[in-house]
Amino acid sequence: MNTPDTCSREADGEPVLRAGRLPRLLPQRLGGGPASWVEHRARYGGLPVPGWDEGWRGRFVAEVGRAGLTGRGGASFPTARKLRAVSVGRDAPTVIANGTEGEPASAKDKVLLAREPHLVLDGAALAAHLVGARQAFVVVHEAVREIVDRAAAERRQARHDRVRLKVMTGADRFVGGEASALVNWVGNGVPLPTATPPRISERGLDGRPTLVQNVETLAHLALIGRYGAEWFRSLGTAAEPGSMLVTVIGGVRRPGVYEIDIGQPTGEILELAGGLAAPLSALLIGGYFGTWAAPEAVLPLPFSADGLSTVGASPGAGLIAALSADSCGLAESARVVRYLAGESAGQCGPCVFGLDAIAGALEDVAAGRSFRPDLLRRWMGQVDGRGACHHPDGAVRLIRSALRVFGAEIDQHAQGWCSGSRRPGVLPVPPRRRP
Amino acid sequence: MTAAGARLRVDMIACDGRGLCAEVLPELITLDDWGFPIIVDRDIPPGLMAGANEAIRLCPLLALQLDRAGANAAAQRTTSPGRAG
Repeated sequence: MNTPDTCSREADGEPVLRAGRLPRLLPQRLGGGPASWVEHRARYGGLPVPGWDEGWRGRFVAEVGRAGLTGRGGASFPTARKLRAVSVGRDAPTVIANGTEGEPASAKDKVLLAREPHLVLDGAALAAHLVGARQAFVVVHEAVREIVDRAAAERRQARHDRVRLKVMTGADRFVGGEASALVNWVGNGVPLPTATPPRISERGLDGRPTLVQNVETLAHLALIGRYGAEWFRSLGTAAEPGSMLVTVIGGVRRPGVYEIDIGQPTGEILELAGGLAAPLSALLIGGYFGTWAAPEAVLPLPFSADGLSTVGASPGAGLIAALSADSCGLAESARVVRYLAGESAGQCGPCVFGLDAIAGALEDVAAGRSFRPDLLRRWMGQVDGRGACHHPDGAVRLIRSALRVFGAEIDQHAQGWCSGSRRPGVLPVPPRRRP
Repeated sequence: MTAAGARLRVDMIACDGRGLCAEVLPELITLDDWGFPIIVDRDIPPGLMAGANEAIRLCPLLALQLDRAGANAAAQRTTSPGRAG
């Protein structure tokens, strides 16, 4: 993979992206703004010219497998397996790059697209080549749509891509990033998940096998295309190689998006974000489908699926929300669960009615009105795993961890006290939509 | 018809919570607190196969199905609640 003509800058001496070093996806650009096509090519060099034969595809997918790249949208599914799954059918597959980032607390996909749009488009084009697709849909958050449009226009003008890249704005909904909902959004403008089976890798957009990959995953793919598996594995752990983008929000001095070496201690990531602005009571790890953890338990742990598993957490889509001690974790959780209940696609009874009931019960706990742990647990059991998509499961995961980590606070609330002295709002929640 | 490896499966998007299935087949189907069916997590025993077919036939929304590869499908479902990666 790593031949001189595919890694043009190596001829000048040091390769641009040295093994074992950050940054990969988010270099510091002194001028600011998105990297233009010319700047992008000057920095990273050209993508290897893809061969059209099956042999080339097979070899490259094997290289992605050796790299150990997994999905960066939250589910961490091995990318090589997805690439193979859509390639076995008779129909030509379709590729969808998922840059919808419907999660209100997360910004990493938007920041990546705003700064290095061409890296994502490289990856989308490469993925399309790999699975034999003629076009790739690039679905992005409206905040970065113009930037991505401009990047796509630059490439068209340069006549670079042999596949058609079609840029679209994602549905402004939490569930809009769920893979089957995204397929429906692209296909018919309705961002609703569908029941499995069929899986979208077998029958997705227009009935074709469909590859849905997060935009960060595609950016990594574009780098593996240039520098190969061994280079990719020079960061991260043996089980979870590479770098990843994390969004750090809450009680740190410089909230923002940072690229980390997977397995870096969680506390070190907070240092990247300027360090703590105040003492913490807890951290939400992964996203709104993630897990609350106590600071002393989670800060020393490697930020990786393996490392975080000891506190029942996982990196998910890379969110770290630091909750300062003057905030109430119960109130924050209740707000997020109310939001998630409102973001149900409204299709499956247990999700529609169950999440609403659970959100109400949590609001009661947060307000000190009542705490009925048996009922709450019963409802969570009746909601977990019972939707067509994983929306209810993710919400339940968040709540279970809140009950675990904020147990002492629940007792306080039952007696009429709350340790939070600020209005909840560390975890951003968009205004409620009209039904 | 043999029942080897067969399970009941609800298409939760289609299901409206009418509850006929749980009335016909309480041995394998209960209802949650909002009236939506919870399927017992095991293969349909031969003695209940007729009842299972009756429940499927009675569902006005055709939301109840026989899933012959039920055990496999359950194992293949991704367990992580993450987003498409």
